[in-house]
Amino acid sequence: MTTTPLPPTAPVGEALDETASADGKPRRLSRLEKRAIATKGKLSSPWASGLAILIAILWTVPSVGLLVTSFRPELDIRRSGWWTVFGGLFNGEAEFTLDNYQQALFGSGANLATYFVNSFVITIPAVVIPITLALLAAYAFAWIDFKGREFLFVAVFALQVVPLQVALVPLLTDFVNLGVNGSFWTVWIAHATFGLPLAIFLLHNFMKDIPASLVEAARVDGAGHVKIFLRVLLPLLVPAIAAFGIFQFLWVWNDLLVGLTFTNVGSRPLTVAVAEMAGSRGGDWHVLTAGAFISMVVPLIVFISLQRYFVRGLLAGSVKG
Amino acid sequence: MNWLTSASTTGEKFAVMFLAIALFVVVMGAILFLVDRPRRIPRWVVATAFAGPALLLVAWGLVRPAIITIWNSFFDRRGNEFVGLDNYGRAVTEGQFQSVLVTTAVWVILVPLGSTVIGLVYAVLVDRTRFERLAKALVFIPMAISMVGASIIWKFVYEFKPDQPGVKQTGLLNQVLVWIGLEPQQFLINGPWNTVFLIVVMVWIQTGFAMTVLSAAIKAIPDDIVEAARLDGLHGTKMFRYITVPSIRPALVVVLTTIAIGTLKVFDIVRTMTGGQFGTQVIANEFYTQAFRQNNQGLASALAVILFILVIPIVIYNVRQLRRSEEIR
Repeated sequence: MTTTPLPPTAPVGEALDETASADGKPRRLSRLEKRAIATKGKLSSPWASGLAILIAILWTVPSVGLLVTSFRPELDIRRSGWWTVFGGLFNGEAEFTLDNYQQALFGSGANLATYFVNSFVITIPAVVIPITLALLAAYAFAWIDFKGREFLFVAVFALQVVPLQVALVPLLTDFVNLGVNGSFWTVWIAHATFGLPLAIFLLHNFMKDIPASLVEAARVDGAGHVKIFLRVLLPLLVPAIAAFGIFQFLWVWNDLLVGLTFTNVGSRPLTVAVAEMAGSRGGDWHVLTAGAFISMVVPLIVFISLQRYFVRGLLAGSVKG
Repeated sequence: MNWLTSASTTGEKFAVMFLAIALFVVVMGAILFLVDRPRRIPRWVVATAFAGPALLLVAWGLVRPAIITIWNSFFDRRGNEFVGLDNYGRAVTEGQFQSVLVTTAVWVILVPLGSTVIGLVYAVLVDRTRFERLAKALVFIPMAISMVGASIIWKFVYEFKPDQPGVKQTGLLNQVLVWIGLEPQQFLINGPWNTVFLIVVMVWIQTGFAMTVLSAAIKAIPDDIVEAARLDGLHGTKMFRYITVPSIRPALVVVLTTIAIGTLKVFDIVRTMTGGQFGTQVIANEFYTQAFRQNNQGLASALAVILFILVIPIVIYNVRQLRRSEEIR
C-alpha cells in the first residue's frame, strides 16, 4: 500500500484515451495539431519503430503462448512448443480442445469452479465495505470541521506505507482465538482494513476538488451533513468511486498473501488454488495454463471495460503495491 | 448457524455474502439516520459517525497489530522470552539471511529502473502515433493479471527440457536459444541469473504503470517549450535528453519510488516460480516462511519490521523530491 501525491502536471484521464479530455468531453484536434502529428510520424526513424514493435511483442507473446497452450491437447503440449500450431494451421494438423478447461474447472484434482465462486464471494464485500467506509471518512476529513482532523488525516495518509506483513500474524492470532479463522468474515475484514488508508486518501482528494460553494449552498438551504453527503457529493463522486473500485477489485481478486493467510481449503480464492497447483503439479501444463487463464478472465474483462476510470485513479494520486 | 462461519455450498456462500452486505448496510444506514438532524446534534457526534467506523477498523486491524508485531520482534520464537535485538542480529548477520537481503536489494534496484526506462522509452516512441491506443493497451494489460498468473505465464516461457535428440523444447526462450545454436538453460535454477529472470516478470507487470503515468506527464509538457526547442534545432535523442526528461522529473520520481516500494513487498512471484529456492529468496517470502512454515514468530516479526523500516527512506526521498519540485514552481 503505497501512495504519493502525483505532481499536478498530468492531465487526468488522457493517457489511454486521447479523445477524451479531463472532463470526459471529446477533444477535437486542431488542423495544426493534426499536421504536427503527421510530420512527426514521418520523421521517426525506423530504429524507433523497430524498438517500439519489439517491446510490444515482448509484452504480448508470453500471454499469447499461455492462451494458445491452454487450448491444445495434453500430449501435444508435452511434445512440441505452442508456436508450432501456427504451422499446423496450414497443413491442418493443429488440434484444439476444451478438455483442459473442463479438467481445471471440474476435475477432482483442480476443481477451480469452487474457488471461482469463493473469489467472487470474497471480492464483492471486500470492495463494497471499504469504499463505503472510506467515502464517509473522506467526507468527514474534507467537509466537517472537528478537533484533531489534521492529525488524523496525516496518520491515515502515513498508514498507506505500512506493509501488510506487519499486521498479518497478530490479526490471525485474534481470528483463531475468536474461532472464526478460515471463514469469509476474516478475509473481508482483513481486505477492508488494508484497503482503507488508500481509499480514504484517494476519495478525499476527489472530494476536496468539489467546489465549496456547492456544499455551502446546500447548507444554507438547511441540509445537514448526511443530506449533503448523499444528495450533493455522492452523485458527483461516481467516477472517483469507479476508479477506486477497480483498484480495490483488482487488488482483492489478484491478492495472494491475504488469501493464503486467512482462508482455509473451503474458502480459499482462485489465486491461492492456482498457486498451489503451480507448486504441486508444476509439470501439468495443460491444467496449469487453463487454470491460470480462468483466474485472469474476470479481472481482464473488468480492466479492459473500465480502463478509463482506472487510468484516472492512477493519475489522481497513487497505486497500491 | 454453522454455515455462517463455514459455508460449504455455493448457495450458502452467496447467502453469507448477501447477509454480510445487508448487515453492513443496515448498520451504516442506522448510524447515518441517527445523526441526520441538523443543528440539534453536536458537530463532534456527526464527525464520529462519519469517520469513526473507518478509523476504528484501521486502528484495530492495522495499527494495533503493527504495534504487537514490533513488540513480538524482541521476543523468541514462541513469544515467551525477551531476547532484545537478537532477531534483528540474526537477520542481518547470518549468511542465509544476508543473501536474502542482497537479493532483495537487487530487486529493489533493477525493477524500478527496468520498468521506468522501458516505460519511458515506449511512451515517447508511441506518443502521438497512429497506433498509440493499441500500443499502450498491449503493455498496459499485464497490470490486470495477478502476480501468480504472470508467474505461470513466464514459468512456461522459461520451461526447460533436457537437450537430447528427439526432445523438443516447449519453453519459448529455450527454443530461441536452440534456434540460434546455443544450449538450452535451466533459467530458474542456475544462480545468480535466476533472480534476474524472476525480476523480468515484475518488470513486465510494472512497465504499464510507469508508461501510463509518464505518458500523461509527457503530454502535459507545454507545446511552446517543445516548439522552441525544435526551432533551436533539437531533435530525437537530444530532445529526449534535454527537454522531455527534465520536464517530467517529478513524475519520474513518483514512478521510481512507487515501484520500489511495491517491489520490496513482492513475494507472489518468488513463491510461485521457485519457492525461494536456488538462492532466489527475498525478505517478503522469507517472512512468510518464518511465520507460517518455521513458526518462528520472533524472527518473522523482525523481518516484517525490517521491511517496514526499508520503506521509510524511499518515502522520505519521495516527499523531499516533491517538495523541491514544488518550490521550483
